[in-house]
Amino acid sequence: MDEPRWRQDFPVRWDEDHYVTRRELAKFLTLGSGLLAGANAMIALIGLTRTPPAAPVQRIAGVNDVAPGSSLLFRYPTSEDPCILVRDASGRFDAFSQVCTHLSCAVVHAPGEDVLACPCHKGAFSARDGLPTAGPPTRRLPRVVIEQRGDDLVATRLEV
Amino acid sequence: MNEFAFFIDYSRCIGCQACVHACSECDTHRGRSLIHLETIERRESVQTAPQVCMHCEDPICAQVCPADAIKQTSDGVVQSSLKPRCIGCSNCVLACPFGVPKYDADVDQMMKCDMCYDRTSTGRRPMCATVCPSGALAFATIEEIMQARRGHPVNDWWFGDAHVRTKVYVLVPTEVSRFDISIIPLSALRRAPKPPVDPYDVAALLEGR
Repeated sequence: MDEPRWRQDFPVRWDEDHYVTRRELAKFLTLGSGLLAGANAMIALIGLTRTPPAAPVQRIAGVNDVAPGSSLLFRYPTSEDPCILVRDASGRFDAFSQVCTHLSCAVVHAPGEDVLACPCHKGAFSARDGLPTAGPPTRRLPRVVIEQRGDDLVATRLEV
Repeated sequence: MNEFAFFIDYSRCIGCQACVHACSECDTHRGRSLIHLETIERRESVQTAPQVCMHCEDPICAQVCPADAIKQTSDGVVQSSLKPRCIGCSNCVLACPFGVPKYDADVDQMMKCDMCYDRTSTGRRPMCATVCPSGALAFATIEEIMQARRGHPVNDWWFGDAHVRTKVYVLVPTEVSRFDISIIPLSALRRAPKPPVDPYDVAALLEGR
């Protein structure tokens, strides 16, 4: 081709023009959205048929390791998932995922307060139930269900 | 349809303006004629010459168009400018060696002869060739023309060293095999003394100068 590139894009002869016809576009849109719908259906099917792996039962800490009004970080259900255990002033235990539901920053607990605060965008969650109370997050923090077995605190499952 | 070709025989033109009016009756550009009826040396002669678009094989007007507004269809017809694209820059007006494209300020667009594409693409003859009473414009097969006319059709043009081959033929005497139009370089024009008063300056004639 001795013709310059711009001339190939804008040829003088009409039949050398690379027009996308209405029909080609309609075909592409139909097949494309069909493919997308099919892929979504496949994902939904996989989600329905596959049972999630059972959450492990895991010891977090001893009851006396956490003083009232303070918190403790741990990982559950895998070592990739940071979580936070909070003990309020009355001695009650609550545990939540530490991943903010807005943009996945780690929420932190200030001793003595019933708030899990996200420093990134000043989001706040209640340390009682994990519901968002301020800032951009709109979904609650996943709760880690804990049981007290003797002197140990044990995480049994994740409640999304 | 493809065997039909457009022929111009300048010597047959009688200047009746039938082609001009037929052209302006076309629905695609009603009221505006796209054929140019030129007068030749008007003071001494009544000779006129119809000028339709010659439909160059490599159209210079389309080559210089910066907006991709002039396209050539697969049958070799160079179309008039596309309304959504034409920016009215008049590059084509300056580039065409036949003086065919004209800028129309009313619609801010170049308009030119497209060999009545609405008609010829469906097998009918162009408006001007249909009405020409003297056969100066003809849309016919080459055999028909060779039978009916003296001379022969030529479509090779040389403008200086530039070769242009056109879809439209011009009928000339048999001894002419191609058109040679000499080009005066601009540099020579600047050096030359001021040209004498043009004896065919129509405006000057009308003013009585």
